[in-house]
Amino acid sequence: MSEQNTLAVERWTPTSAASVLLAVAAMALLAFGPRLLGAEQVDRLTILFIYVILAATWNALAGYAGLVSIGQQAFFGLGAYAAVRLAAGGFSVYPGLVVAAALVGLLSLPLSAFMLRLKGGEFAIGMWVVAELMHLLVNLDPLVQGETGTSLIALDAYAADTRRDQTYWMALGSMAAILTVLFVLLRSRTGCAIQAIRDDEEAASAVGVRVLGTKRIVFVIAAFGTALAGALWLATALTFQPKTYFGIQWTAYMIFMVLVGGLGTFEGAILGAVAFFAIESWFGAAGVWYLVGLGASALIFSLALPGGVCGWLERRFDLRLLPVGYRLVHRRAPTSSNRDNRGREIHAVR
Amino acid sequence: MTWLNQIIQGVLLGGYYALIACGLSFMFGVMRIINLAHGSLAILAAFAMFVLADRFGVQPLAGLVAVLPAMAVVGWVLQRGVLERSARGGQLVPVLSTFGLAVVVDNLLFQQFGADTRSLAPYAGSLAYDSWAITDDIYIGRLAALTFATSVLLLGALQLFLTRTALGRQIRATAEDPDTAGLVGVDARRANAIAAAIAMVTVGVAGGFLALRATFDPYAGGPQLIFAFEAAVIGGAGSLWGTLGGGIVLGVAQSLGAQVSPQGFLIAGHAVFLAVLFGRLFRGRFGLRPRAA
Repeated sequence: MSEQNTLAVERWTPTSAASVLLAVAAMALLAFGPRLLGAEQVDRLTILFIYVILAATWNALAGYAGLVSIGQQAFFGLGAYAAVRLAAGGFSVYPGLVVAAALVGLLSLPLSAFMLRLKGGEFAIGMWVVAELMHLLVNLDPLVQGETGTSLIALDAYAADTRRDQTYWMALGSMAAILTVLFVLLRSRTGCAIQAIRDDEEAASAVGVRVLGTKRIVFVIAAFGTALAGALWLATALTFQPKTYFGIQWTAYMIFMVLVGGLGTFEGAILGAVAFFAIESWFGAAGVWYLVGLGASALIFSLALPGGVCGWLERRFDLRLLPVGYRLVHRRAPTSSNRDNRGREIHAVR
Repeated sequence: MTWLNQIIQGVLLGGYYALIACGLSFMFGVMRIINLAHGSLAILAAFAMFVLADRFGVQPLAGLVAVLPAMAVVGWVLQRGVLERSARGGQLVPVLSTFGLAVVVDNLLFQQFGADTRSLAPYAGSLAYDSWAITDDIYIGRLAALTFATSVLLLGALQLFLTRTALGRQIRATAEDPDTAGLVGVDARRANAIAAAIAMVTVGVAGGFLALRATFDPYAGGPQLIFAFEAAVIGGAGSLWGTLGGGIVLGVAQSLGAQVSPQGFLIAGHAVFLAVLFGRLFRGRFGLRPRAA
C-alpha cells in the first residue's frame, strides 16, 4: 500500500463508546436510588428524569427533525388527562400512565397529517393553537371540573413510600427507554433521513426520502414521550389542573433546556435538563426574575450560541460524547512501521 | 335576530383581529419571519398608553400618537438586534429567539405592573360605551366601528404604500430576493428595518384598540399572538386584504360559538382555524404564502 491519505467514515470513537458505557452504568446505579437516597432526593430525581424526557423529545423534534413546536404542552396535558381518565375508569394506575401516553401517541397520528404540512414558524404557532384547543376541550369534561381540576385519587391506595419509589422507577425506566429509542432511531437509516429533511426538505425528497412519513415518526415519538412525561408529572404532583399542564411555560422550559444544552446534539438535551434542574433548584424561588432569566437565556443562546454548550464543546474541543451521525476523517494509510496515525479531521457530518 | 346580531358583532370583532394580524402578515410577507413576540409587544404598547393615561392624564387616542413613534423605534431595534441576526441562522432560530423575547417582555411587564387586569376604557369617555341602534335588537358600538374602520384604512394604506411608493417597491423587492435587490441599489438591511418599524407601528395601533375595547394583563400577549396568527392563516396569504377576511371569519366564528356556550367563543375560533388547515389539505395550498402585498 502506497503512502496516501485516505478518507474513512467514523462513527464510534473511544470517547463516545466510553460515554455510552458510562451512561448505561449511571442508569444502572440510579436504579438503586430509592435504596440509597432519602425521600427528598428521590422526589427531586424523579423530576429530573421527567425533564430529561421533555428535553430529549423536544430536541429530537426541533434539533433533529427541524420541527420547532411551541405546543408540546398539548401532549403533556393530554397525557396527564388520559391518565386521570383511565384511573377514574378503574384502570390500574401505573400501567395506566404508559397506556395514557400510548393513546396520546395514537391521537397525534391523525393530527400529524395536517400539522406537518405547516412550515417553520407556522408549525410552531399552529401547535400552540392545538394545545389551546385541547386545553379548552379537556375543561369541558365534567370529571375535570373546568380549571378547578381533579386529582389522581387512585394513588391513595399506595403507601407514600411505595408510591414515591414506584414513580421514581417508572420515570427512570421511561427516561432510559426513550433515550435508547431516540439514540437508536437517530443513528438508523431513518435518522439520516430525518436530518436530511431538516437540512433541505426538497433535496431529501429528491434522493428518495419519504418526507411526510419520516417526519411523522419523530412527531409521534415526541408526542408519546411528552405525554408520558405529563402522566409521570401527574404521578408526582397528584393533582391535575388543566391550566398548569397545558401552560406555555412547559415550552419555555423545553426551549431553555435544549438551547442551553445544545440543539441537535444528543447529549445536549440531557445536559440542558440537568442545567435547568439545577437552575430551578437555586433560582426557582426568584419568581418573575427567574422566568425573565430563562427567556433571556433562550434569546441570547439562540443569537450567540445556537449550538448550545455541547455544540460549542464539539467545535472547540472536537468532543462528541453520544454521536448519532457519521463523519469523514482524514486517515493516513499504514506506514512501513505499521503505525496507525489518525489524521486531521476534514469534514464532520452530524 | 340574535344570530344576525352575533354575526354583525363578529364582523366588527374581525376588524380588531385584522388590525392585530396585519403586522404579523406584513412581516411574514416581507421578511419570512413570524415574530412570536408580536402579541407581547402589542401588550407593551397597551401598557405604555395606560401609563400615559393613568399617570399623566393623556387621552388614549393622543397617547396612541405618542406611543406609535416609540413602537417604530422598537421595530427598528428588534430587526437590527434580534431578527436580522436570527434570520442568518436559518428558519428556526427566529422562532426560538422571538419566543425568548416574548417570555422576557411578558415577565418584565408582570414585574412592573403585577397581575391586575387593566383597561383604557375608563379614560376614553363616552367612546367606550356609545353605540348606534340599528333596530331594537342590533346595536353597533362606536368603538367597534372605529376599530373596523381603522383596520380597513390601515390595510388600505399599507397596500398603497407597498404598490405605489418607491420605498414600498424597495421593500417588496427585498422580500422577493434581497441579493438581486442589492444589485439594483436597494439597501436590504434598511428596507427590512423600515418594514419592521412599520409592522411595529401597526402592532402599537392594535395594542391601543385592544386596551380600549377590552381588559389586558401582562400575560395577554400569547392569546393576541394566536388570534393574529389564526386570522393571518385563515386569510390564506401574505395578502393584506386576505387578512381582513381571515379576521372576519375568526371573529364571526367566535361570536357564533359564544352564542352556543360560554366556552364556545375560543373553541369555535381554534376549530375554524384547524378546519381551514384541514380543508387546504385537499387543495394543496397551505399556510401563509410568502409574498408581500
